[in-house]
Amino acid sequence: MGSSVVKYIIQRVLLTIPMLFILLSTVFLMLRLMPGDPVLAMLGGRNVSPELIEQRRREWGLDKPLGTQYVNYFWRILHGDFGRSSRTGKPVIKELFRRLPATLELAIWGIFFAALFGITTGIWAAVRADRATDHAIRIFHIGSFAIPIFWLGLILQMIFAVQLNWLPVAKRVSGIYAYTFSPITRFYLLDAIILRDWKLLLDVIKHLILPAVTLGIALTGFLGRMTRAAMLEVLDADYITTARSKGLKERVVVLKHALRNALIPIVTVLGLQFAILMGGAVLTETVFSWPGVAGFLVRSLDARDWNAIQGTIVFIGIFITTVNLIVDILYSIIDPRVRY
Amino acid sequence: MQVTRFLFSPIFKLLRPLKRHRLLQIGLAIVAAHIIMAIICGPTGNPDDPYGITRRIPPYDPTKSYREFPRLAPPSAEHWMGTDHLQRDVFSRVISGGWAPIVVAFSSIAISLTIGSILGWISGFAGGLLDRVLSLTMDAIYSFPSMILAIALVAVMQPGLVPMIMAIAVVYVPTYFRVTRAEVLQVREQTFVEAARAVGAPWRRILLRHIAPNTVNAIMAVSSFNIADAILTEAAMSFLGYGLPPPAPDWGFDIQNGQRFLQAGYWWLITFPGLMILSLSLGFGLIGEAVSDLLNPKRRRKKVG
Repeated sequence: MGSSVVKYIIQRVLLTIPMLFILLSTVFLMLRLMPGDPVLAMLGGRNVSPELIEQRRREWGLDKPLGTQYVNYFWRILHGDFGRSSRTGKPVIKELFRRLPATLELAIWGIFFAALFGITTGIWAAVRADRATDHAIRIFHIGSFAIPIFWLGLILQMIFAVQLNWLPVAKRVSGIYAYTFSPITRFYLLDAIILRDWKLLLDVIKHLILPAVTLGIALTGFLGRMTRAAMLEVLDADYITTARSKGLKERVVVLKHALRNALIPIVTVLGLQFAILMGGAVLTETVFSWPGVAGFLVRSLDARDWNAIQGTIVFIGIFITTVNLIVDILYSIIDPRVRY
Repeated sequence: MQVTRFLFSPIFKLLRPLKRHRLLQIGLAIVAAHIIMAIICGPTGNPDDPYGITRRIPPYDPTKSYREFPRLAPPSAEHWMGTDHLQRDVFSRVISGGWAPIVVAFSSIAISLTIGSILGWISGFAGGLLDRVLSLTMDAIYSFPSMILAIALVAVMQPGLVPMIMAIAVVYVPTYFRVTRAEVLQVREQTFVEAARAVGAPWRRILLRHIAPNTVNAIMAVSSFNIADAILTEAAMSFLGYGLPPPAPDWGFDIQNGQRFLQAGYWWLITFPGLMILSLSLGFGLIGEAVSDLLNPKRRRKKVG
């Protein structure tokens, strides 16, 4: 690591601060300035006594002037204080950290399946460019953009859980483990390995497959198209002609010479797709009763739990900004071209 | 004859790519079918006959529970897509449920396209501090998951048609801002703009006559994909219960209802509304694909993309 890496990292970190400030300010303004009264919306808006409205307004600090609210908002974020959830009665920040591993586990395996489906079909389409296989795969890619992810989840549940009975319908573990299994890291896959409980591991994997595939499909089209385009570009390059003329097998040329170079731009954008993945996680977690951060937001919205809603949105904003920062820094270390 | 040819030449010009482009044909056909269906089967605005039942399209009132219908009956000759738990005809609900997503998607994209591209033109053209602040703000919103933001915004307002439109519109403004700003930055440096400036054209004229028209292609390519995405967002909102108030037919909401009966094996409740969302979104996706193919000569030549 030379000094240019360090310089880049410092620059990148410093740039994140105004980004985060603006993001959080925008979230604040949007939640406050949207037409419609959040207090009324939260209380259901029907026959609510004015006293109750006043009480909630005071509880959530919405009775103060906007400027004071704004200062309080940042003060509390800086102290990691998102208030208490009125639904669970616990501090929102605790609820979020408790649920984060579930979301991360889902997201990681979602990316895994997206890469599996997207990159393989992308390579295949590029090798068979402009032939029937290529057209079929392209339609599959466009289709995977167009599919409503919550519906896909339900259809997969219907086929593989209800009709075929191969996989469980929802949740992270079966009911029998709900009381006997006390998680350590809350990454259940990791926990099962640490505990050397192979039955539990199998159970966790079974529960993970359907939600992860569902979430993965959300990114498959994107990855597949990227891979196809990158592969087509690379397959035109001179070193591929050289490799072919050396008499190497086509499989070696495609998978070793072409794919390696095509993967660089793909991996670069992959890390930045976390936002799309979180959006998909909202629906996936709802459909599969997955106890993660995104599902927590939906339940807080249903319960009209203001502190939890605002806290979760801020949390997701900070989280995504941090992930983007880390991804950028990692790339700058791996690929020197990024820095210039 | 000459006059009509002349009058309609922009239309002929628009239709020309249609001849060759299979994706565009399929996409347009799907979307047209959906729009026609939404117009015929959607709400009529007539309080006595809200869904045009007197015209017998759709076959039954999508909002009405019929006592004589069986509960949760599978598809049959009488009920092509079965009936739901409230003894309503699923087919009638499915063909009139497209109105909400189409109206929401078009209106919200129209709003965000207008706001986003105007801000993009100004920001890219003016530069300086204004550009810095606007770009950072837009990037901040853009980096946030649009689905989550839209759902949260609509939930904070009261559920319904207008809040859905506003929530989705807000979420897509940064997309148009970024696209137009990037285009403006490119176009601004080209010689014809320099020439206009050299002959002393006022900035307003340069922006509106020289720069703005050159960003239209990029905006068009983005907007079909965005409509496809907005349809999915609308469906997700109504799936989560923030869409049209029941009993109005709305595909996402019908899927939420069907979810309760999924484990009992009543597959027709979720399958058909979902296929409708998929096909409508796919139609716009295909159009978007075709438009970006046509607008990007490099991709067309290499047959990539």
